[in-house]
Amino acid sequence: MGTAISLDGVEKSFGAVPALRNIALRVDEGELFGLIGADGAGKTTLIRILCTLLVADDGKAEVLGLDPVKEYRSIRSRIGYMPGTFSLYEDLSVEENLRFFATVFNTTVEENYELIRDIYSQLEPFRTRRAGKLSGGMKQKLALCCALVHRPDLLLLDEPTTGVDAVSRREFWEMLQRLKKQGITIVVSTPYMDEASLCDRVAFLQEGTLLAVDTPEGVTGLFTAPLFAVRAREKYRLLRELRGFEHALSAYAFGSSVHYADRRRSASAGEIRDHLEKRGLQDIVVEPVRPGIEDTFMALMKQGRGEGDD
Amino acid sequence: MKAIGYLLQKEFLQIFRNRGMLPIIFLMPFIQLVILSNAATFDVKNVAFHLQDLDRTSLSRAFREQFTGSGWFLLTGESFAEGEAINQLVAGKADLVLVIPRDFEKELMSGAESRVQLVINAEDGFSAGVIQAYSNEIVQAFNRTLPAVLPGMQSGPAVREIVVKSSAWYNPELRYSDYMVPGILVILVTMVGLFLSGMNIVREKEIGTIDQINVTPLKRYQFITGKLLPFWIIGLGELTLGLLIARIGFDVPMLGSYPLIYLVAALYMLVVLGMGLLISTLTDSQQQAMFIAWFFMVIFTLMSGLFTSIESMPHWAQNMTMANPVRHFVDIMRRVMLKGAGIRDIALPLSILTADAALMLALALNRYRKVSN
Repeated sequence: MGTAISLDGVEKSFGAVPALRNIALRVDEGELFGLIGADGAGKTTLIRILCTLLVADDGKAEVLGLDPVKEYRSIRSRIGYMPGTFSLYEDLSVEENLRFFATVFNTTVEENYELIRDIYSQLEPFRTRRAGKLSGGMKQKLALCCALVHRPDLLLLDEPTTGVDAVSRREFWEMLQRLKKQGITIVVSTPYMDEASLCDRVAFLQEGTLLAVDTPEGVTGLFTAPLFAVRAREKYRLLRELRGFEHALSAYAFGSSVHYADRRRSASAGEIRDHLEKRGLQDIVVEPVRPGIEDTFMALMKQGRGEGDD
Repeated sequence: MKAIGYLLQKEFLQIFRNRGMLPIIFLMPFIQLVILSNAATFDVKNVAFHLQDLDRTSLSRAFREQFTGSGWFLLTGESFAEGEAINQLVAGKADLVLVIPRDFEKELMSGAESRVQLVINAEDGFSAGVIQAYSNEIVQAFNRTLPAVLPGMQSGPAVREIVVKSSAWYNPELRYSDYMVPGILVILVTMVGLFLSGMNIVREKEIGTIDQINVTPLKRYQFITGKLLPFWIIGLGELTLGLLIARIGFDVPMLGSYPLIYLVAALYMLVVLGMGLLISTLTDSQQQAMFIAWFFMVIFTLMSGLFTSIESMPHWAQNMTMANPVRHFVDIMRRVMLKGAGIRDIALPLSILTADAALMLALALNRYRKVSN
């Protein structure tokens, strides 16, 4: 399997503000690759460099084996790009938008209809509706169709699911899985950590730095401390008590419970419950849990900020 | 070529779907031509005129009748106390005050000369000049009638005087609409080119579609052609509409050739479209683009000789207008329509327009990049 993207030491600053620092990354052909990070982590900057809209200050980059600066033209005809904000022509209809993007890529809708049929069939009833009048989920589908209409080898999606409802988000990821089966390499950025587990491999970005690049399982493997899900009647007090515990590595709210990581390998649920009971908490439930992507990301973020030891 | 064709189709689709702008595009020529060419006139009529006849003789009455009968002045009041006339002027009740001195008739009868006083409100220097010219003409005409009425001069030898008889060439009836309409057509074409084209590209930046376009293999020249050509076509369409209104509605003469006008207009549109494109590359929002476009539009219009004559500007300003494309197109339109100038007669302004077009397009193309930093 070949390499779709390879980056080495890529740097980018906007004025004095560094946006990307020393990024080294490899994405294989046919991979569904996730860029995970909070807002402002550098996801968009990285994607804009990959789709040749931005030029990196430093470092080596190859997209589809081509140089994004010297050979940007060849890259552009082989990638599909979906920017973070909906940016199709709102005053053109669904069909007109699709036809327009097909034409500027020197192709026709019919030629690659096979690839987009799945997605486009859902839009078909609204063929003549103006793009501006579509719902959020429909807009995303149309944008994806427009990015796919020329059958790109590499699809770059910048936060495609931000601001989309949960059902549409799931549908969207199912579409990506199907596209992957067609052999298209997909790089997708998202601020939602639950989406990370749907990728083949993920890269965690924080403040322009890559914290980790691995498979979702590999990433969770990075989390080695014992982890417990703790519940009690007063959640806020529970959180404070856990943070104050002498062996605490970290404690943070996670859904309805609090996830607590202990410094000691030998920590047990009973010991933690005893401690909390002593502090006067009631209805205490402590269960060991397997760390998920989100737990790992929280831990990595803490390390990244240099707070790992307190 | 296919890509450009489709880009054009898309642009026209968007322009014709823009319900806010479309009516303006078609109404603009009518409104501008009808309002501006009727309102903008250099004629000074019905000047408020205050009289102070301190002589009150038959000769002084004959003199004042020359003024009131001219049709230009409207007698709004009369007074006899010194200083009262100036009050009238200060109060804004009169723009011209004529003071006939006490011994007006007596002095003229005795063969001496008499002086009358004209006080003109020169807040508006242009009108004041016109009022003065009218008054001088009346005084001279009155002077010519004097030998017939003054007894002392009857016996003298016949006075040979030079009579200046003027005739206005190229606009014999001095119709201001003939003069204004060709210039307003230029403003029309300029507005379409400068505003619509600049705004259009910035709009793609604003809504983010420019990124989508930039990652396509669409070439720079294709995108720019697709963006500018629609407004080039609309601009020439507006000109056609404007020329029709000028000929049919205003009866403006057309002594020159239409092909020549269209040749110049086609070239001129490149200058304005180049400017529009340049502005759009320098700005990030339609608001910024609009503001900059207006800045240039106002300067170009005021320095174009459309409303004020270039000859009356100071030298440095006259030199500045040489770079103003609006000035040259106004000049060419007037010369071709009213004088029937041929291509040789307009060679100089035409070559300056060509240079302007080359410069603007070169600057704009150089600034427009498909990669940002």
